[in-house]
Amino acid sequence: MAEKLTLGKALNTGLRRALERDPKVVIMGEDVGKLGGVFRITDGLQKDFGDDRVIDTPLAESGIIGTAVGLAIRGYRPVCEIQFDGFVYPAYDQIVSQVAKMHYRSQGKVRLPIVIRIPFGGGIGAVEHHSESPEAYFAHTAGLKVVACSNPEDAYFMIQQAVASDDPIVFLEPKRRYWEKGDVDLDLDPASAHPLHASRTVRPGTDVTVLAYGPMVRTALDAATAAQEDGRSLEVIDLRTLSPLDLGPAYESVRRTGRCVVVHEAPSNVGLGAELAARITEECFYSLEAPVLRVTGFDTPYPAARVEEEYLPDLDRVLDAVDRSFGW
Amino acid sequence: MAKGGSPPDGELVQLLTPDGERIESVTGSDGTVYRADFTDDEYRGLYRDLVIVRKLDAEATALQRQGELGIWASLLGQEAAQVGSGRALRPQDMAFPTYREHGVLYCRGIDPIMPLGLFRGVDQGGWDPNEFKFNMYTIVIGAQTLHATGYAMGVTMDGKTGTEDGEAVIAYFGDGATSQGDVNEAFIWAGVFNAPMVFFCQNNQYAISEPLERQTRIPLYRRAAGFGFPGIRVDGNDVLASYAVTRAALDHARLGQGPTMIEAYTYRMGAHTTSDDPTRYRIASEVEAWQAKDPILRVRAFLEKQQIADAAFFTEVDEQAKREAVHLRERVLEMPDPSPSTIFDNVYPHGSPLVDQQRAGFSDYQASFEGSAH
Repeated sequence: MAEKLTLGKALNTGLRRALERDPKVVIMGEDVGKLGGVFRITDGLQKDFGDDRVIDTPLAESGIIGTAVGLAIRGYRPVCEIQFDGFVYPAYDQIVSQVAKMHYRSQGKVRLPIVIRIPFGGGIGAVEHHSESPEAYFAHTAGLKVVACSNPEDAYFMIQQAVASDDPIVFLEPKRRYWEKGDVDLDLDPASAHPLHASRTVRPGTDVTVLAYGPMVRTALDAATAAQEDGRSLEVIDLRTLSPLDLGPAYESVRRTGRCVVVHEAPSNVGLGAELAARITEECFYSLEAPVLRVTGFDTPYPAARVEEEYLPDLDRVLDAVDRSFGW
Repeated sequence: MAKGGSPPDGELVQLLTPDGERIESVTGSDGTVYRADFTDDEYRGLYRDLVIVRKLDAEATALQRQGELGIWASLLGQEAAQVGSGRALRPQDMAFPTYREHGVLYCRGIDPIMPLGLFRGVDQGGWDPNEFKFNMYTIVIGAQTLHATGYAMGVTMDGKTGTEDGEAVIAYFGDGATSQGDVNEAFIWAGVFNAPMVFFCQNNQYAISEPLERQTRIPLYRRAAGFGFPGIRVDGNDVLASYAVTRAALDHARLGQGPTMIEAYTYRMGAHTTSDDPTRYRIASEVEAWQAKDPILRVRAFLEKQQIADAAFFTEVDEQAKREAVHLRERVLEMPDPSPSTIFDNVYPHGSPLVDQQRAGFSDYQASFEGSAH
C-alpha cells in the first residue's frame, strides 16, 4: 500500500525498519536520541529501540566514525549521523584512512558495514557550514560508496539497502527536500526495489539529457516541465549512485539526444560533473552535438544565505545551459 | 627482596629494580595493591619472551638493512612494557596495536611472520582481528584508540562485562599520540560509556625526533584524571610491574568498572624506524643512562640472584631465540611478491563495476606485451 510521506519521514521509517530487521543495527550521532536529530530523521527511534541502539554520542565527529569502526569490527552495523555536511571534516581521516581502506588492507577479512548519513546541500537559509556539497571528496576515495536520494520513495528504500550492504556507504540526504512529499510503497521488500547502485531515468525525453542527483533532481524536473512549453524535450536521469557511477542509462540517452547537461550544487572545479563530462565524452563522442555542459555552484565558498539562491543552480540556469547546448 | 610501599605521586610502580631486586608489592594511590606472584616457571617464561622478542626485532632490523624489508619499526627497549602487558591479557581480551607492538603480538601466540608482509611491502598487513584477538597494525597515529573504544562499547552492549570471565580491550599508543584528537576523543568516549578499556601508553620519550616536552606539560598518566578515570604510571622497563598493573586494569575493566590509562615509562633505544637517525636529536649519554635500566638484564640478574635459572637455561633461551630468528628470516626471504592484478582485489566487499573495468583494462594492457621483446 502506497503512503504519502515526506522524504524525512521516509528516512525515519526506513531506519525503523532497519532497526527492526537486524538487532546489530545501531544508530549513533549527535542529538539523534531524545531530540530525534536536528532534522528529526531519527525521531522516536530511541524511545522504541533503547539508548543502546540509538546512541547520543559526545560531540566529536571523528569519535563517531572511529568508534563505529570498532563496533563494526565487533559485529555491529552502525548508522552514523553527521549533523550537517560542513561538520563531516573532523571525521574525514577516519572515513578516508580507516573506513574506506580496512577491507582492502585486511585482504577482505574485515568488513565495515557502516552507513554515514550526511544531510547535504543548501537552500534552507542556513549560516555557513550548513549548506555544503562534499560528495566529490568521498566519491574520489576508493573503498567508499556514495549515494544520494532525491525523493521519499528512494529515501525509504535506499537507506534500508545501504544498511543491509556490507560496503561502507556515504549516504547523502538532500536536506532542503526533507519536507517534500511523495508516495512510498511500504509493503515492497527493499531487496525488490530499484537497486541501490543504479541510476534511474525519472523523465523520458528526446532532445537533451540532464544528469542530476539529490536536491537537483527536482530542479531538473522543473526545468524539463518548463522546457516542454518551449517545445524542448528533456530527459532527466537521477544518478542516485555517485560512486560507483551507473552511467549505462546516461550513455544510452546521450547517444539518442546528442546533448548532455550535468547539474549539481557543488562547485564545478574537479567536481562530479567533470568526471561525468569526461566519461560521457569518451563513450558518446560521435553522438555529441555539443560539449557536455555543467550547471553547478560557483567556485567560491558557499555564500551567505541572502544570496544563496543566486549561487544554487535553478530552473533558469538549467534552461540557459540547454539553450547554450543547442546554440553550439 | 625489598619491602613494599606506595610510590610518591609521579613516581613509577616498580616491582623489579634495574639491579634485579624484587619488590614485594606496591600500593597505588587508589589502594590497588600490585604484586608479582609468579612461579619460577613463569619467571623463566617472561625472560624467554623478552629475549626472543628482542632477537626477532633485531633480525627484522637486519633484514631491513639488507634490503629485505622496506622499513622496520623497532621495539628495542620496550620489550618489558610489551611482554608484561601482552602476557597480562586473558584469551578473551582484544588488543588494538600501533605498528610497533611486535612483542604484544608474540605474546598473543601469533606467528611473528604475520606483520612482516606489511614491512616487506608485499601486502598491507591484513589479518582478521577477531581470529587473533589482535587488530591489524594501525599506522595513522592514535586512530586505533577510537576503534578499540568502539569495540569495547560493543563488548558492553553484548553483555560481556561484569564478571571475572568478562572481556576487556586494550589500546596501545605512544606519547606522541596523546596529542592527537582521536586519542582524546577515545578517552572521552570510554569515560562517558564506561567502556571496558585499558589505554596503554608506551611513553618511549620520543615521537620520532620530538621529545616528550613537545607533547605535554604534565605527566601523561595524569591526563586520565581530567577524563574521569584512573591513570597510573608504571616502570615500562619492568616486566613484572607492567604485567601487574595491566592485569589489574584489565580485570577492573572486565568487571564493568570502566577504563584505566597506563603510562608505561620507557625508552626507545633505537630509531623511530629504520628510516630515522636518532643521533640528530638526542645525546649518547641519555641513551647510556637508559641502557642501565635495560628490561632484560634486570630479569636475568633477578633469576641469577634467586637461583631460578642457571647458565644452561640462559644458553638454551639464546639458542631458541636464534632458531626462531633464522626461521623468521627464511620465511621472509620466501615471501613472494603479489601478482599485480591483486591491486584490484578487495576494494569493496560487494565489488565495483569501476574497479572491475579497470582490472580488465589493466589485464588487456599487460597482455598486449606478451611475446614482445620489452
